[in-house]
Amino acid sequence: MRHIRATVDGEATEFLCDEGSTLLDALRDSLQKTGTKEGCGTGDCGACSVIFDGRLVCACLVLAAEAEGATVETVEGISKEGVLHPLQRHFLEDAALQCGICTPGFLVAAKNLLERNVDPSEEEVRFWLAGNLCRCTGYDKIIRAVLNTAAELRGESS
Amino acid sequence: MKPAPFEYAAPKTIAEALDILGQNDLDEVKLMAGGQSLMPLLNMRLARPSLVLDLNHVEGLDGIREESSGLRVGAMTTKRVLEDSDLVRSQYPLLWESTVAIGHAPIRNRGTVGGSMVQADPASEYPAAALAFDMEFVVMSSAGERVIQAEDFFVTYLTTSIEPGEILTEIRIPRLPPGTGWGFQELARRHGDFAIVGALATVRVESGLCCDPRIVLFGAADRAIRVPAGEACLEGAPPSEASLTVMGDAVFDAVEDPLSDVHASAEYRRDLARVLSKRAMSEAMSRAS
Repeated sequence: MRHIRATVDGEATEFLCDEGSTLLDALRDSLQKTGTKEGCGTGDCGACSVIFDGRLVCACLVLAAEAEGATVETVEGISKEGVLHPLQRHFLEDAALQCGICTPGFLVAAKNLLERNVDPSEEEVRFWLAGNLCRCTGYDKIIRAVLNTAAELRGESS
Repeated sequence: MKPAPFEYAAPKTIAEALDILGQNDLDEVKLMAGGQSLMPLLNMRLARPSLVLDLNHVEGLDGIREESSGLRVGAMTTKRVLEDSDLVRSQYPLLWESTVAIGHAPIRNRGTVGGSMVQADPASEYPAAALAFDMEFVVMSSAGERVIQAEDFFVTYLTTSIEPGEILTEIRIPRLPPGTGWGFQELARRHGDFAIVGALATVRVESGLCCDPRIVLFGAADRAIRVPAGEACLEGAPPSEASLTVMGDAVFDAVEDPLSDVHASAEYRRDLARVLSKRAMSEAMSRAS
């Protein structure tokens, strides 16, 4: 077992994990942050997207042991004190989800995109979110929700 | 999906990493760079090492540095760093195009240049770029350092000429000669997938004739390959549609036995090699000055 100290969703956190555990398993099993989903385990679906030291990664492709000293942001840190993040609100308003299993990954990936670029083109949104799979919506509503959020964050009405 | 149990070591220096290699059965150790190929193999239990040696904390293995002859790229430099580099985008555009074709954003955030080279997937972009640029690979072992040329580096499927006990530390990327035009073409079902087939081309045009043409294919053989027979057709020929047709036919003939799988038949890959090498070389001709 390893003893890991990391900052997770803004809080100083300690947890124990097996040497061979993925960050995904540590988040879900040790920290009960089950908002982060397991889809494929191979980095194809993006359901386990988290932001690791400022960079979007698949938590299934990072070892928990690598989180020592790291800053990890999951979907569970996106809303603040019960107030939805604008992305979450626009996903609801634009009906950008159906079954919802992919939604945490899309929210985290889109948040990371908007932190890098608050005025992305539709092509840039699609390129950035290419690592996230949705089997229900056909993507258009997701893309629209992200573009509408970006417009709101820039102070434009959508 | 959970990996089979293994021990984990995260050395801070290359000396420490080499020490750990020296103390263990090398068949049982896996070196981990960005982990974007190794972690799926561990999760699926296709790889069951007893020790994973994580290179992410080893000092001095990442970053890009430009010298007069070209770039020096630390083996642990992520693709993100190359993708976001204005220097790479403006001065090494063929390397930049090869970079953004790899995987998705999160894969490029974590995956490393050295990791892709050592993984040596026959359908991946970087080994092909290595042949296009004549990159050099610096490897370290307890016996010291040696340099491997790109043409000697890739052996076959997932296999390089790095010996057990050696660690790739740096990739040297020469600048293409002034006036060199370049082209990059890849066919994949979706952006970010491994290529079905891809082609890189470079050429200069001097006195209206092609000079030093180079064609590299990936996804067309057991490793990235140059196609000397196709290159020979163009040397000294005018940069014309007729020359490209002759070159394309030579490429088709040279790709004798490509992979055949669920994604594409061997016959289709052969034809793609012809079509994509022509498109890439056509781009290269139009960019040559």
